[in-house]
Order: sequence, then C-alpha cells, then structure tokens
Amino acid sequence: MASASLPDNPTLTSAKIVIAGGFGVGKTTCVAAISEIPPVNTEAWMTAASEPIDRLDPGIDKTTTTVAMDFGRLTISNDLVLYLFGTPGQARFWPMWDDLCRGAVGALVLADSRRLDASFAAINYFEQDSDLPFVVCLNLFDGMLTHHLDDVRQALALSPDVPLITCDARSPSSVAQALMAVVTHTMQRTGHTAPGAFPAR
Amino acid sequence: MAKRHWKVRPYVLTGGRTRTRQQLLVHTLVSVPYYDSVFAAGLLPEQRTLYEHARETRSLAELSAFSGISLGVTRVVVDDLASTDRLLVHAETYESPFDRRLLERLLDGLRKLA
Repeated sequence: MASASLPDNPTLTSAKIVIAGGFGVGKTTCVAAISEIPPVNTEAWMTAASEPIDRLDPGIDKTTTTVAMDFGRLTISNDLVLYLFGTPGQARFWPMWDDLCRGAVGALVLADSRRLDASFAAINYFEQDSDLPFVVCLNLFDGMLTHHLDDVRQALALSPDVPLITCDARSPSSVAQALMAVVTHTMQRTGHTAPGAFPAR
Repeated sequence: MAKRHWKVRPYVLTGGRTRTRQQLLVHTLVSVPYYDSVFAAGLLPEQRTLYEHARETRSLAELSAFSGISLGVTRVVVDDLASTDRLLVHAETYESPFDRRLLERLLDGLRKLA
C-alpha cells in the first residue's frame, strides 16, 4: 500500500470509478477493502446547505439531513491516482449522483442477492439516466453464490450487454478484479477491445 | 475537524456564485505550488483553511471533507484561488475518462492487486 500522502507531482492526474448500489450492499466495505486511506466520509458536504430547510421540522431524523457517502483512493503510479466514490443511498440525492458520475471511467453497481430490490434504483439510474458504462456485481457476503447468475440477471431485468459478475467486497483482490471488469467493460463500450482479446495493431 | 455551525451562509462566502470558470470535478486534484504564509494570513477563514489543506496534493472531495467546508463552497473558493496561480488545478493528462491509454494504465495498476 502506498503512503497516506499523494506523490508531490504537478503532473499527477486522477481517474474515478463510482461504486453504487442500495443501502447495506457493501459499498463502504468495497471502498475500504482497496483504499490506501481510510474511507473518507463526506457527511458535511450537504449538511450546511440543507440545514435551514430541514430544521423547519424539529422532529426530523438527523440522518436524513446529511449525505452519508464514502470515498477512497488508490495510487496507481507517481502520476496517476484512482478515486472510488460510493454513492449516497437515498434517491433524493440523485443530482449528487450526476455530479459523482461526471468524468468517471465507469460504475460498479453492487447488489445483494438476498435483497436485490435494494439495488433496483441504482441499476435503473445507470440504465435510464446515465451514459456511464456500468457493471453489476453481486456481493457474496458469505462467499457463497446462493442463486444462479442467470436468475439474478432475470430478476434485475438486466439488458444482455450489461456484465453481471460476483465479488467479495471484503477482499482487496476480489474488489480489484471487479474494478478491472468495470475498466474492461468501459473499453469495450467505448469502442475499444480489451487488451489481449486481439493481437496489438 | 469539529462540526461547525454556519453562522455565515454559504452564499455569502461565494458571493452568490455556484458556477466555476473551469470544470472542477470531485476527483480533480489541486495543490499549492509554493506556500506563502503571508498570503495565507491575509485570506478569509474558509479560503485560508482550504489553502492550508491544499499544501498536500488532494482531490476536491478530500479538500472539502478535511476542511469541513461544503463541496459547493470549496469549488468556488478553489476556482478563485486557482485564478491567481496560488493554487494549481492539475490538468487532465488524458483526452477523456475513456482514453484507452488511461484505461490500460488502470488495468495494469489493478492487476497488481488482483
């Protein structure tokens, strides 16, 4: 793992992959598994802006006034760093999703096979409201695949060109492979073939 | 940083602005090319906090989170500081996030962890 500081290099540039999915499907676990810094919680981001509005209702739950989302970081080399941004779960923050997805390489949409419905909204967002290439990934909490992937694909009504993979969000190598699937899918979607699929031109 | 109460509304800090001259994405990197303590002392509190935190290269998201300043305000203040060369907004090396060279480098980096 690289150090907590980024390389001091004026040509250092960054890329971003979005980690989406419903509440409790393992987004933070996934970011934490591979990030070289503890996942940063950005609760403060919208608190200030929403406070005067939400405060009108004194009974409102504290958690509804903040955007709980995490992000992490992975230094690829001394001139490239990859950021992983987990999306906030609540649908009311969809403008935030647009902001997070702008300029991203692709998205990994996590799903839990025991509660697929938790990720319906996220999948719907990427199918309907975004052009960002995305891969759907079943997080195997206990390491076991309890359903056939074909059944899951059908239950999620995924179009055939959206890859469906599995991972263990606690495992750094498994998360790295899932992220590789996202990058590879983006290559294919944006008109390039995956390296190794064909001889170099 | 401890949670702060906004005695000053965000739009006062930004002069009502919400847009920036340049595209500042959540993962856009910023850094202070040469730190100037005299310059820092003359800044408004929010500007100064962001300027100090940017002495280490950071993304806009990190800068906002570590400074305890909302992303929207961070964007506008960073944009202001960057227009005076006091803050460097790192240029995009690649044509787009779908640039094949970028994607291949990401794959190479991730493969080492896979």
